Amino acid sequence: MTEQVLSFENLGFAYKAGRWVLRGYKGAVKRGKVLAILGPNGRGKTTLLKLLIGTLAPGEGTIQTLGRVAFVPQLFQVSFPYTVLDMVLMGRARQVGFFSTPSGQDEKTALRALERLGLADLAARPFDELSGGQRQLVIFARTLATEADILILDEPTSALDLKNQGIILEWIERLSRQEGLTVAFTTHHPHHAYAVADSTLLMLGEDDFLCGPTQEVMTEQHLHSLYGVDLKRLQFEHKGRTVETFVPVYGRMDEVAR
Amino acid sequence: MKKLQRNFHSRADWLIPALFIALLGLIVFSLTLGRYPVPVADIVQVVLSTPLNAVFDYTDVHRVVVEIVRLPRILIVALCGMGLALSGAAMQGVFRNPLVGPEIAGVSAGASFGGVLAIMLSFSPVSTVAMAFAFGLSALVIAFCLAKLAGKSSTLALVLSGVVVGAFFSALTGLMQYVADPQTQLPSITYWLLGSFVGATYEKTAIVAGVMLFAGTLLLALRWRINLLSLGDTDAAALGVNIEMLRWVIVALVALIVAAQVSVSGGVGWVGLIIPHLARMLVGPEHTKLLPASAFLGGIYLLAMDDIARSAGNQEIPIGLLTAVVGAPIFAFLFWKMQGKGWARD
Repeated sequence: MTEQVLSFENLGFAYKAGRWVLRGYKGAVKRGKVLAILGPNGRGKTTLLKLLIGTLAPGEGTIQTLGRVAFVPQLFQVSFPYTVLDMVLMGRARQVGFFSTPSGQDEKTALRALERLGLADLAARPFDELSGGQRQLVIFARTLATEADILILDEPTSALDLKNQGIILEWIERLSRQEGLTVAFTTHHPHHAYAVADSTLLMLGEDDFLCGPTQEVMTEQHLHSLYGVDLKRLQFEHKGRTVETFVPVYGRMDEVAR
Repeated sequence: MKKLQRNFHSRADWLIPALFIALLGLIVFSLTLGRYPVPVADIVQVVLSTPLNAVFDYTDVHRVVVEIVRLPRILIVALCGMGLALSGAAMQGVFRNPLVGPEIAGVSAGASFGGVLAIMLSFSPVSTVAMAFAFGLSALVIAFCLAKLAGKSSTLALVLSGVVVGAFFSALTGLMQYVADPQTQLPSITYWLLGSFVGATYEKTAIVAGVMLFAGTLLLALRWRINLLSLGDTDAAALGVNIEMLRWVIVALVALIVAAQVSVSGGVGWVGLIIPHLARMLVGPEHTKLLPASAFLGGIYLLAMDDIARSAGNQEIPIGLLTAVVGAPIFAFLFWKMQGKGWARD
């Protein structure tokens, strides 16, 4: 049950020869676990995701996946107002023959995916009329329709309001804990990683990284070297449980300068 | 859940067959139009005589008018209208752009040049068709190579190389017009460039029908995949789509259709641009419904335009002029209708 379903070793990639974006990266996720990937803008988070989903080939090193990988892109606009059901059906691209259209069985799978996320009522609605959170969930449903075992998510909470961020995080947790899916996601919010990720990868530099259990990897010191910003770990009681989170300390730049 | 699906699909379910029947009806009606009056009964008998292998009671003049003069032209017009609208809908999906028409890869301009060159060299009508077709496809190959040279497989690279190739062949066409004999060659060149279905023969019908049957069938078979391409490259690739190969296949099929159309009838614009928008208003943006609906609507539209072109005045109006004169206001109307709703909303 706890075998590694997604792992990479000595992973390196360069868009131009000799100019490595990443080098020597190593990490692994076990079945049903969540990996968060953190790094500042331009550090290569999206490149790493593209390597994991296979749209880029590694310059060196290896990636091993057990099962089908599906990708959830950042929240996007569609060029055409397809219905929610049409969007989810597109998750069946691998199963539908090159010269054919989705079968009744594909439609059933798509509807079942929508039902699992509680979105069945939205099936006939135009995708672009939904709220950001609903749209992100529909893309989740599309990913379920691919019948994948590993979900790779690119900043799933960006462009969402606080409530929808919470809903998405809950679904990440539920899909991994209850449905046994393995999840890897990138984020700019350390507290999101802290809330749901079993393990975390900090992309400190092109060949400098930390990957391990979230509690061990995410320390104030490590996060400071990652972002160049002070982050404080806070612990407090909320509704009878102990909550631990990270808060960045902004402002008072004049004091910092002094 | 079942009920929801049925409601949702129902409109396209009856509308697409209805458009097909309307197209067949318009084909029969178009056969009755013309300077020489032929009774409807005779038209039906002439049309049925070949498939039924029977001889009915009609005059030879009626047979010639219906079978030799009107029928091939009507078939070519309907096929070209279907092909252009189908191509336009496919291209708008592939390029995720509402202003794209089937002529995007420079094929129309190439085919036009081929036709003009053939007229300059006093080629026979069949050779003119062949030249237009050959140059249309050459334009596509050049555009493909240019896009490849740019090193990127993006849609933008293809659009830009299409613009370059189109401009090049348009300039060559202009040069031909400049050096053409104003007494003998220029009038026929100008008339051909304006677009017309005059002089339709069964040979031309066979060319158009063959190409449309091949390329049109394949495009229709790929209609669901166009949905995937319209998501954008990263997303489509992550869903397991070989985007580059699929895009080239679709563009090549469209180029075949456009080259065939230009080669038999010169420049007929606007059909591939506006008909997909109209069809989208009727059946929605999903391409498995949009492509067949566009095809039938395109056939109806171009046939109606051609009926007007050949029967409105004492002299035939070039259909390319008519589609542009009628198409521009329709496009303006669509633009106004879609304001504030997003261009592609149904």
